[in-house]
Amino acid sequence: MNLLLTLITFIPLVGVLLILLIPKDDERVIKNIAIAISVVPLLLAIYLWLAYNKAAGGIQFEALAPWIPAISVNYHVGADGLSIPMIFLTALLTTLSLIYSSFTITRRVKEFFLLFLLLEMGMFGVFISLDLVLFYVFWEIGLVPMYLLIGIWGQAKDRPAYSAIKFFLYTLAGSVFMLLAILALYFYHGTFDITRLSQELGADKPLGQILGGNNGLATAAFWAFFVAFAIKVPLWPFHTWLPDAHTAAPTAGSVILAGILLKLGAYGMLRIALPIFPLQFQFYSWTVPIIPILALLSIIYGALVCMAQWDLKRLIAYSSVSHMGFVVLGLAAAAAAWGRPGLENAAAMATNGAALQMFNHGIITGGLFFLVGVIYDRAHTRDLKDFGGLSKATPYYYGIFLVTALASLGLPGLAGFWAEFFVLRGAFEIMPWFAAIGVLGIVVTAAYILWKIVQYVFLGDFSQEKWDAATHGAKLTDMLTFEKVTMWPLVLFMIAFGVYPTPIVDLINTFAKKLFGGS
Amino acid sequence: MNLGETLRLLSPELILLLTGLVVLIVDLAWGEENKKTLWVPALALTGLGAALVATFALWGTPATPVLAVMAVDPFGLFFKGIAIATVGLVILAAVPYLQGRTPYRGEFYALLVFAGLAICLASSAINLISVYLAMEFLSITSYILAGYLRGDLKSNEAGLKYFLYGAVASAAMLYGMSLLYGATGTTDLAAIAQTLAGGEETLQWLAVAAIILLLAGFAFKIVLAPFHQWAPDAYEGAPTPVTAFLSVGSKAAGFAILMRVLLTALGAFRWDIGWMAFLMALSVISMALGNLIALRQTNIKRMLAYSSIAQAGYIIIGFICMPQTFEGAFLGINGALFYLFAYLFTNLAVFTAVIAFESATGSAEIADYRGLVKRSPLLAGVLLVALLSLAGVPGTGGFLGKFFVFGSAIKLGLLQTTVLAIVGIVTSVIAAFYYLNVVRQMFFESADEGATPITVPLGVKVGLALTAVGILVVGLYPQPFIRLATDSIQMLAAIY
Repeated sequence: MNLLLTLITFIPLVGVLLILLIPKDDERVIKNIAIAISVVPLLLAIYLWLAYNKAAGGIQFEALAPWIPAISVNYHVGADGLSIPMIFLTALLTTLSLIYSSFTITRRVKEFFLLFLLLEMGMFGVFISLDLVLFYVFWEIGLVPMYLLIGIWGQAKDRPAYSAIKFFLYTLAGSVFMLLAILALYFYHGTFDITRLSQELGADKPLGQILGGNNGLATAAFWAFFVAFAIKVPLWPFHTWLPDAHTAAPTAGSVILAGILLKLGAYGMLRIALPIFPLQFQFYSWTVPIIPILALLSIIYGALVCMAQWDLKRLIAYSSVSHMGFVVLGLAAAAAAWGRPGLENAAAMATNGAALQMFNHGIITGGLFFLVGVIYDRAHTRDLKDFGGLSKATPYYYGIFLVTALASLGLPGLAGFWAEFFVLRGAFEIMPWFAAIGVLGIVVTAAYILWKIVQYVFLGDFSQEKWDAATHGAKLTDMLTFEKVTMWPLVLFMIAFGVYPTPIVDLINTFAKKLFGGS
Repeated sequence: MNLGETLRLLSPELILLLTGLVVLIVDLAWGEENKKTLWVPALALTGLGAALVATFALWGTPATPVLAVMAVDPFGLFFKGIAIATVGLVILAAVPYLQGRTPYRGEFYALLVFAGLAICLASSAINLISVYLAMEFLSITSYILAGYLRGDLKSNEAGLKYFLYGAVASAAMLYGMSLLYGATGTTDLAAIAQTLAGGEETLQWLAVAAIILLLAGFAFKIVLAPFHQWAPDAYEGAPTPVTAFLSVGSKAAGFAILMRVLLTALGAFRWDIGWMAFLMALSVISMALGNLIALRQTNIKRMLAYSSIAQAGYIIIGFICMPQTFEGAFLGINGALFYLFAYLFTNLAVFTAVIAFESATGSAEIADYRGLVKRSPLLAGVLLVALLSLAGVPGTGGFLGKFFVFGSAIKLGLLQTTVLAIVGIVTSVIAAFYYLNVVRQMFFESADEGATPITVPLGVKVGLALTAVGILVVGLYPQPFIRLATDSIQMLAAIY
C-alpha cells in the first residue's frame, strides 16, 4: 500500500501531538518544530510532483484500506494531475505561512501553530480523498481550525467573532446538503468511491444510470454538490462570507484561506461534480447557462466592487472572488462541451486554464496577502487613503508588490496570464459570447490593480507627515529578512511559470485529457 | 428454568441492587465523614464495574424470557451497558460537586445506582406491567434526585415540576396500557401483537387511542416536543449531575421502552394509520422547537435541555425510518442505537465539564465561560470536542450518529422521510450556532482580570478523558460500534 499520500497528510498531525506536549512558554521551540514538521510534507510533495508518471496519467500513488466496512466506506486515496499541484501548493503556502507567522504571532503561540497544522492536515486530506465520506470528513475537519484562527487572532475592529461564525455556518449549510446527496448516491449505486462513480455511471455501465435515471433527483443531487462547492469557491451570490473572513483573519490565515481553501471548492467541482454529473453540469452550463452567468457575475461584479474598496485587505479579498470566477468560467465552458464532438480540445484547454488558475491564484493572492501583512504590521492601518509614495520610501517592497500585482492582473510573462488565456481561449470556442464578456473582467481587474493598489499605495510623493498622522508615528522600514524569505519563493514561481509554464501545464493536461479525451 | 439460570441472567440487576443497598448501609453505619467522601462513591463505582462485567458476560446469550415479565436479549443488554456507564460517569463527576452543597451524599449515590437499576429493568421489560413498574421506579428516583438540593429553590422547583408533569404523563401512559389490556385481554407484548393481528375493526381503533396515550408517556421520558415542557426548568434547577443523568440515562430508558413496545406489541400499526406519522410530526416539532429556542438561552444547562429536545428529534428519525427489508447497514433503528451510544459519550463529556466548572466557580451561565481556555485548557478542549460532536462535525461520534439516522431517512426514499432529513440538516446548521457560541466564549473572549485557574480533581479528569476519547474513537473507528448496534436489534428479525 503506497504510503506517500498518507504520510503527507498525517505528518502535520504528528506535529500537532508534539506541540501539545511542549509547554506553552517555549515559544521558540514550538515555532521551530512547527516549521520543521511542515517542511516534511513540502519535500514529499516535491517528490510527488517529480515522481508522477505523466505519460501514464490517471490516478497514481493509490492506497486503499477498509475503514468502515459495514457501510462500504474505505480509506481510498490517490493523486493525479489535478491534485498534485494543489498538494504542492498547500505544502508550500503552509510552510511559508508558518515562517511568516513565527515572526508576527506573539499571542497564544502554541494554539496558533497547533491549529495551523491541523488545518494543513484537513486540506491535504481533501485533495487526496477518493471516497466521498472520507472527502466529506476532511472537508468539514478543515472548518474548525479556520473558525478558531479567524476568531482568536482577528483584529477587534474587523469583527472576528462575526466573520468566523459567518464563515463556519455558511460553509456548513452548503456541506450538509452535499451530505444528503452523497447518501443518495450510495443508496442508488452501493458505493461511496469517487473513481467508481466517475467511471462506471451511465446507461450501459456497471452502476447503471445516475440515481436510477430519475432526472429530478439527479438535478437535485447535482445542485446540492454544486452549491456546496460554489459557497467555497466562492461563486456569486454565495460569496458574502468571504470579505469578512479574509479581512478578519490573521495574515497567514488569509493566505491559507485565499490560497487553498477557496480551491477546495473548485477542486470539488472538477473531481466530483463534473465527472459524476456531467449531463446536469452540461445542462446548466449550456442549455440553461446559469453557471456561466454566475461565473461572469463573479468576475465582473467582484472586479467592480474591488474598485470601490478603500481597505487594502478587503480589496484583495474581493479580487479573489473575481479571479475564482475565471476558474468557474473555465469549468462551465468545459462542461458545456461535454459530449459535443469536435470540442474536446477546447474543453481540455478550458479545464487546463481553470486548474492552472487555481494554482496561480494561490501563489499570487497568497503573495498579495503576505504583502498586505507587511504594510499592516508597520502601519496598523489598511486604508488606501493613508498610503502614497511608498515606491520611494520602501523600494524593495514596491518591487515585490509590483511583480505580484502585475501577475494578478494577468500580465504576459508572469504566471497569471497563462491561466486566463487558456480559460478564455477554450471558452471562446465553446461559448464565445460568455468569453467575450469575461475579457471585460480583465480590463476592470487591470483598472483596480493599477489605479487603486499601485497608484494609491506606491506612486506619487511620500509624505512623512501624512504617514505619521495616519499611523501615529510608526516606523516605516522596508521588507525584513523573514518577509523576503516568505515572498521570494512565490515571486520565483510567478516568474518561472509565467515564462515557462510547461511543467505545470503538462501535469494538469494529463488530468484534462483523461476527462475529455482530447489532446 | 432453574434458580441458578435465572440468577445468572439477572446478574447485572442483582449486582446493582446489592450495590445500592450496600452503599446506603455503609453510608448510614460508617461514622467517619472525611473517609466516607471518597470511599462510598468508590464502592458504588466498584459495584457498577461488576455489573458492567456481568452485562458483557451475558452478551451472546440468545433472547431468553426470564420470570415471564422480562427478557434478556442483545437489545436489553445494549441499554443496560449504556445505563451502567452513564451512572458510573455521573458519579465520577458528582463527587466534588456535592461537597458543600448537600450533606446527604451517600443516599445520592445509592439513588443513582437504583435509577440505573430501573433503567436496566426497563430495557428488559416485555410485559406492560413491568414496563410501567420500571418506568415509575425510574421516574420516582428521578423526582427525588431532581429536587435533591433542599435549600435551593430552583432544585425544589425542578423536582416539583418534574413530579407533577411526570405523574400526569404516567397516568396517561397507564390509561393507554389499560386500553390495550381491555382490547386484547393480555399484558404480554408479544401476545398483544398476536391478538391485535387477528382482531376486528373496533380493536384497531382502541389500539390507535392506546398508541397516542402511550406515546404521550414515552415522549415525556425522552423529552420529545410537545411533551417537553418540564425539561428546561427541571434540567436547569436540578443538581447538574442529575441533569446529566436525566439527559442520557432517562432518555435511553425512554427510547428502549418506546422501541420495544411499539415494535413488538404495535408493530402492525407502523405503516398505515399508526405511530410513524405521529412520530414524524413529533420529530419535526422537536427539532425545530428545540434548536430555535436554544438560540436564546444564556444558561448552559437550559441550553442543553433544549438541545436535548432536538437530539431526541434526531434519534427518533432513526426509529421512524426502518426499511422494508432487513438488509444493508442502514436499518434505521440501529442508527438510533448508534446515535444513543455516541450521545452517551457526547452528553456526558459536556456535562462532566459543566459540572467541573460549576463545582469550581458556582456558575452555569454561558457568559461566565469566557476565557476558559486560559483558566483550564482541559475543560475547554473537552467541551470543544463535545460541542462539535453535538453539532455533528465529522471526526466525532455525533456526526456518525446523524449520518446513520439521516441515511436511513434518505434510504427509504419517501417524500416524508426526505423532508424529515432536510429539516434535520437545516436545524443542525442552526444548532451549530449556539454550540459554537459557547466555543466563542471559551476561546475568543478573554477571562476577567482576577480570574483564577480552575483545578479539576482527578476523578473528574478521568471522566473527562474517558468521554472525550470515547467521542473520538466512536467518530473515527466506528466499525465495532456499528456492529454492536446492528447485533442489538436481532429482535427486529422476528418482525420481518
